[in-house]
Amino acid sequence: MINLFKIAIRNLIRYKRRTLLTASLITIGVVFVLVFVSITGSFKAMMIGQITDSMLGHLQIHRKGYVASIDNLPLNLNMKPKAYTKIETLLAATPEVEAFSPRLKFGGMFSNFTETTNIRLNGVYPEKEFQTVPLLTSRISEGKKVLNRGEIMIPTLLAKGLKVKLGDTVVIVATNADGSVNGKQFIVSGILESATGPGGRDGYVHIEDAAEILRMSEAEISEVAIRLKDFSSLPAAVRQLENKAAGDVDKEGRPMFEVHSWEQLSPFFNIARMIDVMTFFIKIMLIAIVLISIMNVMIMAVYERIREIGTIAAIGTLPGKIRSMFIIEGLCLGVVGAIIGDFIGIAVVVIINMIGIHFDFAQQKGMLLTATLQPADLLTISVIVIVVAVAASLQPAIKASKMEPIEALRHV
Amino acid sequence: MALIKAQDISKDYKTEDVVVHALQDVDFEIEPASFVSFVGPSGSGKTTILNLIGCLDKPTAGNLRIADTEVVGLGRKESAAFRGKHLGFIFQDFNLIPVLTVYENIEYPLIMVQNIAPQERKERISRLLAAVDMTDQAHKYPHQISGGQKQRVAVARALVTNPALVLADEPTANLDSHTAYAVIGLMKKMRDDFGTTFIFSTHDTKIVGEAEVIFRLEDGRLIAKEKGGTKP
Repeated sequence: MINLFKIAIRNLIRYKRRTLLTASLITIGVVFVLVFVSITGSFKAMMIGQITDSMLGHLQIHRKGYVASIDNLPLNLNMKPKAYTKIETLLAATPEVEAFSPRLKFGGMFSNFTETTNIRLNGVYPEKEFQTVPLLTSRISEGKKVLNRGEIMIPTLLAKGLKVKLGDTVVIVATNADGSVNGKQFIVSGILESATGPGGRDGYVHIEDAAEILRMSEAEISEVAIRLKDFSSLPAAVRQLENKAAGDVDKEGRPMFEVHSWEQLSPFFNIARMIDVMTFFIKIMLIAIVLISIMNVMIMAVYERIREIGTIAAIGTLPGKIRSMFIIEGLCLGVVGAIIGDFIGIAVVVIINMIGIHFDFAQQKGMLLTATLQPADLLTISVIVIVVAVAASLQPAIKASKMEPIEALRHV
Repeated sequence: MALIKAQDISKDYKTEDVVVHALQDVDFEIEPASFVSFVGPSGSGKTTILNLIGCLDKPTAGNLRIADTEVVGLGRKESAAFRGKHLGFIFQDFNLIPVLTVYENIEYPLIMVQNIAPQERKERISRLLAAVDMTDQAHKYPHQISGGQKQRVAVARALVTNPALVLADEPTANLDSHTAYAVIGLMKKMRDDFGTTFIFSTHDTKIVGEAEVIFRLEDGRLIAKEKGGTKP
């Protein structure tokens, strides 16, 4: 086998310019894909992080039917305290869960005593909320990073529109589940930068204040946002919670709860999907580059060495070994292209990070993109290149091994 | 017992509507350790008969037995294995592998065909390099040596596997007369030293005289078997 490699490498060196061109083409392809994967992958991770850590959480649990009507914030589809206790117990017993935050969501009227507008509000336990969506505190552009009873955090656009400042007194008026209306005064304790996605322009009050406005003796829960210890375990965690929650059924025997991952709750999942699709097609392009360039060079190699193939076949080289010789040439080209491409790709990513790429994501301005290359990406792309290089060599190699020595020796 | 026994060998080539009878009912026997030449004008069937003996082609009819093996029925892989074990080849154009040195060209069949252990490889190659007087050229590549030297390397490569039979199709065609005689002399010496049967084809009348047994071919038929004049 070592000798097969030795002969293959010598044959590649024999046509230096062609080998160099082909290896360069593969290298450029690998570098391009690695840089693309690192940038888009990092962008996607940041985008998902912004969405999940600012507002949504990694996944949420609602009462069955709530998500379908979520735009209306239906109070009649809240979980009753007894039902929430079940969820709370379930989550406390799930080791994958890092934190969870029950929310009482409702819509109301926001007034500064001279002007009035609509507002969507989340009644939360502040500590739980900050643990579940840790970027929420970084969205507080003005004010303290705590939320006490009688205080409200409002989105910046609302504050600007109604010229409300920190410390101002405002009134929230909301319709209760029974149709009556109630109001409560709050002190503006924080002004929030908007987050992208659903709920990104909501205000926050303490959950007990929310229950008081809505005249609930005990707070009902609209949704439970959940943060996992390991984001990559999301699909498994969703399945696990779905299975556990499936046991809770209503009087008609229908499931009481529904579990949704962020992907099902945010339209930005489609952007993440598009990034994946683009990455897939870029990989297809890489495959095409490797396939065409190696197949081309190997077809040329076989054509130019027909007499040589005839000679080695005549002296008794078995067809399998002739086939291996050419496959190993393609393999070597792929390995060299992949390894050099990996090193250059890593270097380019380092340079990109040294330069620093800043971008705006919806309301978030000047975010610094930190391009990262995962070992799995390097391995996957290298394996793809090497496998495709071998596959591209197969046809010419098989052709070489099937040549009749007598005809090959006659070739001029 | 004969090393090669050919009975009623015929070979036809079909080109569209025309059938060319390259060989017709050829019978011959060749003894071990002999130095044999097939001679005749172009198109007489010399190369065809060497290709058949070399298991590179199959006869249309007849039986061909080489080294106690009926070779006509061998499959593609079996033919290759048979060639690798029993036969050596010397080509008109030398056909050395350009990316390998003289040493590596001789070594090639031992690694790729016979899988011989490194120490034995080294011994065999050294012995043959000395025999063909190419020891000091061992590290050179084919493009760095002359035509005569290339053919000497080809002789060494053909012999390195210890074959029973070496086939040489017009081995001197691309050499000047002095070098041609030297190569034929080398082949004969190798026959004497190693007891290998050499069969070569030629249309060079001077070279023909070097053979001990001469088979004359004409229009695909064996017309004469003559005794050469220089057997030691």
